[in-house]
Amino acid sequence: MKNKGQDVYMISGGVTKFTKASPEADFRLRTKKAFDYALNDVGMTLKDIDGSVASYFSDHFQRQLMSGIMAQDYLGLTPKPSKRVEGGGATGGLSFQAGVEEVASGRMNTCVVYGFETMSHVNTWKGNEFIALASDTNFDYPIGGFYTGYYAMMATRHMHEFGTTVEQLAKVSVKNHGNALHNPYAQSPMKITVEDVRKSPMVSYPLTRLDVCAMSDGAAVAVLANEEKAFELCDNPVLIKGIGTGTDTMRLSDRPHGKVILLPNETEADYKNLKYPGVHSFRAGRSAAKEAYQSAGITDPLEELDIVELHDAYTSSEIQTYEDLGLCKYGEGGHFVEEGKADLKGKVAVNPSGGLLACGHPVGATGIMQAVFMFWQLQRTIKKHFKDDALQISNAKRGLIHSHAGTGTYVTATIMEAVK
Amino acid sequence: MTINPKAKLEETQDGTVVYNFDPLIVKSHYEIDYVHSYAQDSEFFKALGRQELMGSKCKKCGYTYGTPRGHCMECGSETEWYKLPNEGKIHAFTTCYFGGEAFLNETPFHLVLVEFEGVDSLFMSRIIGVDTEDLYVGMPIRAKFRRNLKLNPTDVYFVPKA
Ligand SMILES: [Zn+2]
Repeated sequence: MKNKGQDVYMISGGVTKFTKASPEADFRLRTKKAFDYALNDVGMTLKDIDGSVASYFSDHFQRQLMSGIMAQDYLGLTPKPSKRVEGGGATGGLSFQAGVEEVASGRMNTCVVYGFETMSHVNTWKGNEFIALASDTNFDYPIGGFYTGYYAMMATRHMHEFGTTVEQLAKVSVKNHGNALHNPYAQSPMKITVEDVRKSPMVSYPLTRLDVCAMSDGAAVAVLANEEKAFELCDNPVLIKGIGTGTDTMRLSDRPHGKVILLPNETEADYKNLKYPGVHSFRAGRSAAKEAYQSAGITDPLEELDIVELHDAYTSSEIQTYEDLGLCKYGEGGHFVEEGKADLKGKVAVNPSGGLLACGHPVGATGIMQAVFMFWQLQRTIKKHFKDDALQISNAKRGLIHSHAGTGTYVTATIMEAVK
Repeated sequence: MTINPKAKLEETQDGTVVYNFDPLIVKSHYEIDYVHSYAQDSEFFKALGRQELMGSKCKKCGYTYGTPRGHCMECGSETEWYKLPNEGKIHAFTTCYFGGEAFLNETPFHLVLVEFEGVDSLFMSRIIGVDTEDLYVGMPIRAKFRRNLKLNPTDVYFVPKA
């Protein structure tokens, strides 16, 4: 990054409990609840807010266009500046970064990023059809239009390339659903075994129902501020240390088979025979990590990160993402989870909240939810917000949040750092 | 001018489907036909009727695409149409037991990414005539074509090579 601009801090957050369907409130009321929670937590009022970013993915799910302005209106934020940011599954991560940019540029002293999605207004299979419209509608959608199918093909290739096993995939599910037992905001906390995951109904070979996240209704809000406002409004803000974003081709079939984009802790010799990214890895995830590490001055991510909240829409994509983020080398992701390195008390806690697999995935809210959970971790206020401190990573200093779209088309990585 | 204080909407018997009263949840129907242009990709779909698979080749850098695109992602130059072989190998595969609503009645079906000898990128398709246990990376497969076209990419599909 050439110019990081002003330092930006996260000063508050709020999340609604994610559920399969919450018809008693619409997206505006849900967002309002998360928003009020965030404002009350630091005693802010509307006059403390300079502007906002609206984060939501789909106009199809509710057949409502311009939902962003409806939320802005409902929150009482008109006529302040605002815009919608959209990028599939990475909508939350992209919107959060857009909020960071609003403050870093000096345009706003404080910026609220609010995310929401209502997925319960259509049945699950119509929902899957809408999501599949986020694939090339000339070539990919008509073949079978199903994102789990696309990820399953990436999984079979990862298994072929690196020897990853279905049991290793299942371990991710066991870990994340188990962590969520202590997260009151999670949609599907579960104590399960590898066997339970494998015996669950097959969705797309090798991914079973418990390898795949659910659709959800939910909202999440993050409040960002420059240094002066951050310390004026909040006694325990968290620094946004660096941001990175990567992209890749819409179609899986177009992914090149070239050379690995290296992180500072890797060399070309590590990957002599690996054709990259192919469909086994996410070049956008690697690019996002590389930019974020550069801007945060991180050279050895496994040693320098205490927590990672990553976009585990599928167990396979969590394993692929360990590698993209350089927590281990390409090919070692399966072993990484198997050896417990991603556990709550492992080398780096990955998805201590339960991730998308257990928390749910109301698309536009998801990336903001990750920011809020990371913020509470780095503030060390998990007990206050969860009424349970089992998930608090003690002495957590630095974390990474990772948001991911499509078959790895837009990916964001954001580094957050405790100040206290 | 008509001023009629007795004006009244005509009553209908359409009614609505109600799922729940508290909160009130009703059925809202939506349906649409698009006028979808394949635009610069048109030749691919026309070629399916000649039982030919068309990809692209970059006029400048020579990169070859197993799924066509009008401009090269490597160098930005215009591509030209490039006839692909009718045989290839499985690069990755899956069997879908569920799917989007439009495809639910076709489940289970197999998806494959196909690699062609000497072609730089892949092609997504379905394969029939196999069970999941039969599928493996590297499996030789052959393209077949529908006789009565739908003019979508399902006009081509793959089968195991004899
Ligand atoms: Zn070219």
